[in-house]
Amino acid sequence: MTITALIGSSGPAETFAVNNAAAAWSKQTGNKVNVIVASDLGQQLAQGFASGNPADIFYLGNDQVATYAKAGDLVTLDNLKNVKSFYPSLRAAYTYKGHLYAAPKDFSTLALVLNTNSWKGAGLTAKNYPKTWAQLASVAKKLTRNGQVGLCTNPEFHRLGVFMLQAGGWLVSKDGKTATVNNKANLTAFNFVKSMIKAGSMKLTNQIGAGWGGEGFGKKECAMTIEGNWIAGAMTHDYPTVPYRAVELPAGPAGKGTLQYDGGWGLAAKSKNKTEAMALISYLTQTKVEMGNAKAFGVMPSVKADAKEWKKLYPQFAAFLAGADYSKSIPTVPDIATVLGDFNQQLQGLPQSDAKPILNRVNGELQSILK
Amino acid sequence: MPTRFGEKRPWWRLREPGIRGHQAAAGWLFLAPVIVILGVFLLLPIAAAAWVSFSDWNGNGSPLGANAHFVGLENYRHLLTEPGLDQNNFGTSLRNNVYYVLLVVPVQTAVALFLAVLVNRRLRGVGFFRTAFYFPSVTSSVAITVLFLFLFDPHGVINKLLSYLGATGPAWFFDPRGLFHVILGQFGVDQAPASLANGFFLGVSYWDWLAGPSIAMCVFILMAVFTTSGTFMLLFLAALQSIDDSVNEAAELDGANEWRKFRHVTVPMIRPMLFTVVTLGLIGTWQIFDQIYVGTKGSPLNTTLTPAFLSFNASFNQNNWGVGAAIAFILFGIIVFFTLLTRLLTRNPDRVPRRRRFGPTTAIGDPDASRVAGRAQ
Repeated sequence: MTITALIGSSGPAETFAVNNAAAAWSKQTGNKVNVIVASDLGQQLAQGFASGNPADIFYLGNDQVATYAKAGDLVTLDNLKNVKSFYPSLRAAYTYKGHLYAAPKDFSTLALVLNTNSWKGAGLTAKNYPKTWAQLASVAKKLTRNGQVGLCTNPEFHRLGVFMLQAGGWLVSKDGKTATVNNKANLTAFNFVKSMIKAGSMKLTNQIGAGWGGEGFGKKECAMTIEGNWIAGAMTHDYPTVPYRAVELPAGPAGKGTLQYDGGWGLAAKSKNKTEAMALISYLTQTKVEMGNAKAFGVMPSVKADAKEWKKLYPQFAAFLAGADYSKSIPTVPDIATVLGDFNQQLQGLPQSDAKPILNRVNGELQSILK
Repeated sequence: MPTRFGEKRPWWRLREPGIRGHQAAAGWLFLAPVIVILGVFLLLPIAAAAWVSFSDWNGNGSPLGANAHFVGLENYRHLLTEPGLDQNNFGTSLRNNVYYVLLVVPVQTAVALFLAVLVNRRLRGVGFFRTAFYFPSVTSSVAITVLFLFLFDPHGVINKLLSYLGATGPAWFFDPRGLFHVILGQFGVDQAPASLANGFFLGVSYWDWLAGPSIAMCVFILMAVFTTSGTFMLLFLAALQSIDDSVNEAAELDGANEWRKFRHVTVPMIRPMLFTVVTLGLIGTWQIFDQIYVGTKGSPLNTTLTPAFLSFNASFNQNNWGVGAAIAFILFGIIVFFTLLTRLLTRNPDRVPRRRRFGPTTAIGDPDASRVAGRAQ
């Protein structure tokens, strides 16, 4: 029997690690695993679902899980053997209508990544790691020198959303039934971002012509950026000479807040080998394999028990793990990716336009899918 | 079915079995491969897509299976009349594509014709230029897009060149400002007048309809002209070379100068080819997809979103198959409409219509063209 696994790989290191883990499971069970690296995961998944012959298991982001679960493409994993070992917040991110639809495999929160050379150059020390918005604005101002801007980040909800949380705002109300994109806290958040842009100490990556924060940061266009732990791979491969470290994001008027991005394994409803496929998912999400992945390509394990070992392995990235205590994943609602896609598009115009019309627009769109 | 002789005949032999009567079956047999191929790869997918556009299929299992239900014009109604993100995206994509077509088609046609006239001479080394002009057309659009991404990087070659000239180039692919808005901004108009800001068509305000192509879209426009002019130059060249020298000589004897010869002899004689080029240009520009998919995926601020890309995105990434298919069919309608319109506009005014028809005439050796040629002689 052959199980097909469709993955969206970050690079050779990840592909190699997944292949190794799959081979080890094959040896144990005698079932073959065929790992396929997708070039366009969403499109290939959709094709599989439509043809009635999808990959048995596949990578699934938490922004798509509700859409596919609603269409009946996924099998619930409530009965996964190791379901209790994951962080509760990760389980919640993959829960739609009370059922778990993917096994969390790894995650990252967003942290403040800073160039330690620029930091010293501006006369700053470890004591100056910003704890508040005011301190963030002040260090960004000091770091804006020698053609470098203090802070740069993607013009996206997926980065700027951290300020919404820090201001006490969020996309939806606590019960998840009402869109709250245009409430006061969120407006405060974006007005703070705009004030930093206006002061010249912050730029969105589209203003400096970088594809994402990591690129702007690596090319020394900016001294700080807001990114997840995947920036480590880019720094090692593309910008090995830039010294950096990650610290927790500052707290806003409502305290600490950061966004969390989750990766998981989904199981196709049309899979012909569900029992074996579920066993494989269970194997791939256990401590040993996840720590192996962490060593191979730096991801943070979804198993809570691995936190200590991971911290020992990557002390310089402790901030990403620390964020897990107060981070939030985007709501598990069908079509949320579409609405957030438009939010991202609209935020590209943030430096030129007021935040209010953008928030009003997205609020309407979000409300229409919450219903 | 009873025939004249009262016997029953199968449907493929309804005609009289003449001297070649028994060859009908053989004819069908020889045609069968083509019919099967066209049917399986063209007709069936189109029919399936049409069905999807009238259904609520969610991408799970076959669109002809239990997961798809007929919903009539619901997807079209949702796109065209229901305010919301889908309508707004669709309106925006139409706006972007309209400007793209409006700029690309005339410019590429004019450039192609100009190049064709240039290389349609018996000069030494003209072969080199014919090849050079055609070269971008044989390169894959993905490769050219990647090349342009580098060229038009905010820190790329183009901006470096501009900086030597003392100018600061825009951020190109990152710049969402509409060209007309930028020009208006030069005259101090940077806010929409209330009359334009508060009126909406397809979820996009009149002010935004009038934004013009964004700076990012302008790069795609430039790229399209760069890549397609060569192909169309080749078509024009073929048409130009089919003009008999005696025609030009006759015009010269009548005292026509170069421009008059071009305007009143050359252009009328290549009219059928003009129709072909404009039609191919229209179809190609309305279908722009790969450049967007590789280059910007609709960014910045949705100003490079096009209906073809939106259709793909709605279907494959948003699981909204009915809406995606509906966009594709509206796009199909738009293309058919503009093709007919071009046909109407490039029709030979002198011609006595043989019969009402819209089909394109054959480009080279067109009977009407040769009649005109005869008249010119």
